[in-house]
Amino acid sequence: MLKNRLIPVLFLKNGFLVRSEKFTIHQNLGNPISQVERYNSWDVDELIYIDISKNDQYDRGREDTMIKNPGSINEIISMVAQKCFVPLTFGGRIRSLDDIRKRLSLGADKITINTKALDNPNFISEAAKEFGSQAIIVSIDVIEEENGEHKVYRDFGKVRTGKNPVDWAKEAENRGAGEIFLNSINRDGTAIGFDLVLIKNVVENVSIPVIACGGAGQNNHFVKVFLDSNPSAVAAGNIFNFKEHSYVLAKKELKKYNLNVR
Amino acid sequence: MINVGIVNCGISNLTSVVNAFQKLSINIAVINESKQLDDCSHIVLPGVGSFIKGMENLKMKNLDTSILLNAKKGKPILGICLGMQLLANIGEEFGLTKGLGLINGNIKKINTEEFKLKLPHVGWNNIQIKNENSLWNKIPDLSTFYFIHSYAYYDINKDFIIGECEYGNNIVAAVANENIFGVQFHPEKSQKPGLQLLKNFTELC
Repeated sequence: MLKNRLIPVLFLKNGFLVRSEKFTIHQNLGNPISQVERYNSWDVDELIYIDISKNDQYDRGREDTMIKNPGSINEIISMVAQKCFVPLTFGGRIRSLDDIRKRLSLGADKITINTKALDNPNFISEAAKEFGSQAIIVSIDVIEEENGEHKVYRDFGKVRTGKNPVDWAKEAENRGAGEIFLNSINRDGTAIGFDLVLIKNVVENVSIPVIACGGAGQNNHFVKVFLDSNPSAVAAGNIFNFKEHSYVLAKKELKKYNLNVR
Repeated sequence: MINVGIVNCGISNLTSVVNAFQKLSINIAVINESKQLDDCSHIVLPGVGSFIKGMENLKMKNLDTSILLNAKKGKPILGICLGMQLLANIGEEFGLTKGLGLINGNIKKINTEEFKLKLPHVGWNNIQIKNENSLWNKIPDLSTFYFIHSYAYYDINKDFIIGECEYGNNIVAAVANENIFGVQFHPEKSQKPGLQLLKNFTELC
């Protein structure tokens, strides 16, 4: 049977790995290339890299590790792809079909688009036609507002679109998205658990796989989200960066509850 | 001398396949022109995307003719994902398209209505080995490989199916007929068992 996936998410800012909290606080975690060996040793299911840089300035100056600091996102993709033999997804700052083509040719297997899809939903169809639906993941960032309603936000969670995440996910699917990457902004970096209601709603209303992200802090959060909301995959950032053996332990916990994981 | 030709049919996951063979220290050449195939000992046909585009791209550079000629010569050929599907007679995405016809069968969309399953079939799934084959050397039954596809092989002779996986009903995961091989999953993205499979392929003559 097809297994549920557990996917580390890595945020990149100007060439460095960073920690994110509610999409605002970014703490530098170092050179992304040097981390790849860790992921290999964990037997990760996939890796997702999101570039949250706001400009193209990469600092090659201070090199205090054995590995050179990368000079561009292209370099990062290329180097990670040479060392990692699991599916790689790259997202962030993708604005054209050429941006997608470049990343796929360097070794990314899938890409994810967010802002561009909101600006021009037709871009999803164009990308799916050109590269195949399976390579196109649409990212949806959601805030649970004070009245309990869930709304889609953009521009690093700063601008309200007013869209309902279920409607937007359905539209993305109709336009050819292969998967949905669903992010809870409120829960990002808080370790309080996943937004089970949001995830369940989206999962039940689309027939493409949903990757749920935002809020993982303990192993039982992973168990709860698979049992309750049934996404195809769950992604997490901070928990895998800060706790040693966390990925392997998370999978052990899932297996204890008879959840089908690799 | 082993020289694996990786066919470039304008489709993006070429780099991953190249990286995998380089990791195995196996000599490879990226094939952009059909005559290059004559110098290869083995041929790999990777592919992602639509059947129609895949065949169009092969025909554009006469790669389809060249692949068929080399197949007749007995050279081992491995189709990966869409590459495996192109080995079939007919692809049924967007109408009917002729494939290479090296392993008879039809490519159709996976039926998900019965079990309400998501498409594409994405993620790691266990292979059930159906027929012994050197392609499975050192790969235990029920090993997991990475799949990402919405279409699969149907109407195929059972003897040619060497591996299946369960997604609702069983779907074809790997095929073989003498020197022609195909895998629905991505060995270049399936870590250890995947790399072992690629190694096994290059050890076939």
